[in-house]
Amino acid sequence: MEKLTFEYPASQPVKQRAHVGVVGSGDLEVLLESSPDQNAHVTVTTSVDGFGTTWKLVLDRFFSRYQGAAAIEINDFGATPGVVALRLEQAVERSQV
Amino acid sequence: MSNHASVPTRGKIWFEALSGAEPVSRVASVLVADGEIGQERARFLAIVPDPRNPFPCAARGQVGMIEGWNLAKQVREAIRADEHRDKRAIIAIVDVPSQAYGKREELLGIFLAAAAATDAYVSARLAGHPVISLIVGHAISGGFLTHGAQANRLLAFNDPGVVVHAMAKNAAARVTRRTVEELDELGEKVIPMSYKIQDYAKLGTLFKLIDGINADSPSAADVEKVRADLLSAIADARRSPTDLTNRLESAGARENRRATQEVRRRLAEQWSQE
Amino acid sequence: MSGMQTTPQNGAGVGQQLFDPSAFLARQSLTELNGRDRAQALLDTGTYRELLGPFDRLESPWLTMQGVVPQSDDGLIVARGEIGGKSSAILSIEGQFQGGSTGEVAGAKIAATLDLARADTEKGNPIQVVLLLETGGVRLQEANLGLEAIAEINSSLIALRRYVPVVGVIAGMVGCFGGMSITASLCSYLVMTRAGRLGLNGPEVIEEQSGIEEFDSKDRQLVWAVMGGEQRSATGFADYLVEDDVTAIKNCIVDAFARGLPLQHRSELVEENLHRLSAIDGSRQLTSGEVRELLSKGERL
Repeated sequence: MEKLTFEYPASQPVKQRAHVGVVGSGDLEVLLESSPDQNAHVTVTTSVDGFGTTWKLVLDRFFSRYQGAAAIEINDFGATPGVVALRLEQAVERSQV
Repeated sequence: MSNHASVPTRGKIWFEALSGAEPVSRVASVLVADGEIGQERARFLAIVPDPRNPFPCAARGQVGMIEGWNLAKQVREAIRADEHRDKRAIIAIVDVPSQAYGKREELLGIFLAAAAATDAYVSARLAGHPVISLIVGHAISGGFLTHGAQANRLLAFNDPGVVVHAMAKNAAARVTRRTVEELDELGEKVIPMSYKIQDYAKLGTLFKLIDGINADSPSAADVEKVRADLLSAIADARRSPTDLTNRLESAGARENRRATQEVRRRLAEQWSQE
Repeated sequence: MSGMQTTPQNGAGVGQQLFDPSAFLARQSLTELNGRDRAQALLDTGTYRELLGPFDRLESPWLTMQGVVPQSDDGLIVARGEIGGKSSAILSIEGQFQGGSTGEVAGAKIAATLDLARADTEKGNPIQVVLLLETGGVRLQEANLGLEAIAEINSSLIALRRYVPVVGVIAGMVGCFGGMSITASLCSYLVMTRAGRLGLNGPEVIEEQSGIEEFDSKDRQLVWAVMGGEQRSATGFADYLVEDDVTAIKNCIVDAFARGLPLQHRSELVEENLHRLSAIDGSRQLTSGEVRELLSKGERL
């Protein structure tokens, strides 16, 4: 099990907090809420070690479009990058309702 | 835990030592007798191996169909008999390797037999009977949930042969793909996974962990000591609520079940918010 | 023991027609939903309020130290709301997290909800509690605290059901096994789908402990013939057999509560069951069909 943290600049407020997903095999849960400061913070707890670079790539891509000052917590049980990206999108959608 | 009929289990030994009375049950695997502890009337119950158990998967002292329903019957009879008088103590002597594992059992609803015994013990407790469990050997999983877990007060011997757990060690090793030694190490780090009764005691569910008893061949002094402990458990139960809150309020619970305390506190806060 | 019904008894004004094209098209599987969505789907629209949700972050204190990723709600959703207009609480086990197994926090959420519901009920505000059971039983990584939690759940359930029915639902695909199968059997009414399974021991465990002759865990047909919803309802261990559809399942739940407390809960039927047991030759294997024969006699009180 590994814990990774990432930080990104942000410019938009988060309208409301959102939660998606389940910590099941090949899946993850995402908790998204307002960051205490002007940046976005991501904490990833993952069951699969050694994929820091992949997580960074996925998150870099995500934050290239998402500008929210969000505190994002991810509990991951071996999801593929595609599933991670999907769950992040779902979380954003729910936070903007 | 293999057993020949000629070698009595701890359950049998302690049932006979404590009850000192003729069994009232004609079921070989469910020993029941009415006796006394001090001035307290008490019904003693124990599950023991019956090599001629009509259900072969329950022949080594496991809790199966016959055991579950007969425990329910015997506890309910005590409740009925005492309905309009003082409530006798119900004393479960616990030494069960597990529940019975069989197709017959599943078809016939062993989970309901277990529920029936659970229900009877809880009903006795709620009716004001002090329900006391004395763990003298193994108290594993469904066996323990059925016979012993619903007591007002739990007592156990401080002895390597006394084990409370959700799964027997060998089975747990196989399922988690660890060695038995690795499980032991894990138990040192993760208290609720430990197989040692001293660690179980840290969880705060036991009324007393009894030291210095020869669990396999008790002396008369050993038996008297245990009777005194049972008597004090009965007295403690009689002056307390009939629910299981004592397990949540103990020192052990405050130390090692903090998440439980937190859940209960915060749920109560959020329950009525609008 | 009556038990086979795909539509609720006595209608109570909420039953479906046997074939309603628009309802058929609108059919929504419960089993395809995760635990949270199941609770939401079963509560009356707009009444769902989750307690101790993900953002309360009451996670297992034991999983991280063993290198297991926790879930923010420990795999148990507590939701208050209304069912059929009546004050209710749903306890939904997330079967996809650690097989729905019961750990310290998940177990405490269930027991505490049952206790709070009882306190309200005793004050004259009955709370209908529904348990969505999707679980393998005790979470091994928390062993004795999972076991203790189940003991406390069972005690709290029995205390609550003296006043108001408690309804259990086993929809699948995890089913309900281990210590929680005792919990299921303590419920006032149990609703099962065909895909749902109820057993004290899982097929693999039986095979491991008692041999492949006793139970071939890879024989799926056997597994469902022994433990599946259809067999369980035909033999009186479940009260409703229902298709995997949210509306149909909800109708059963509403119908169950409308029946009120049973005269006796199935776990109280001691003499009847001992009598039936005495007629059974346990020394030889039994088939599902034989057991249906043996146990389908006798009415559920």
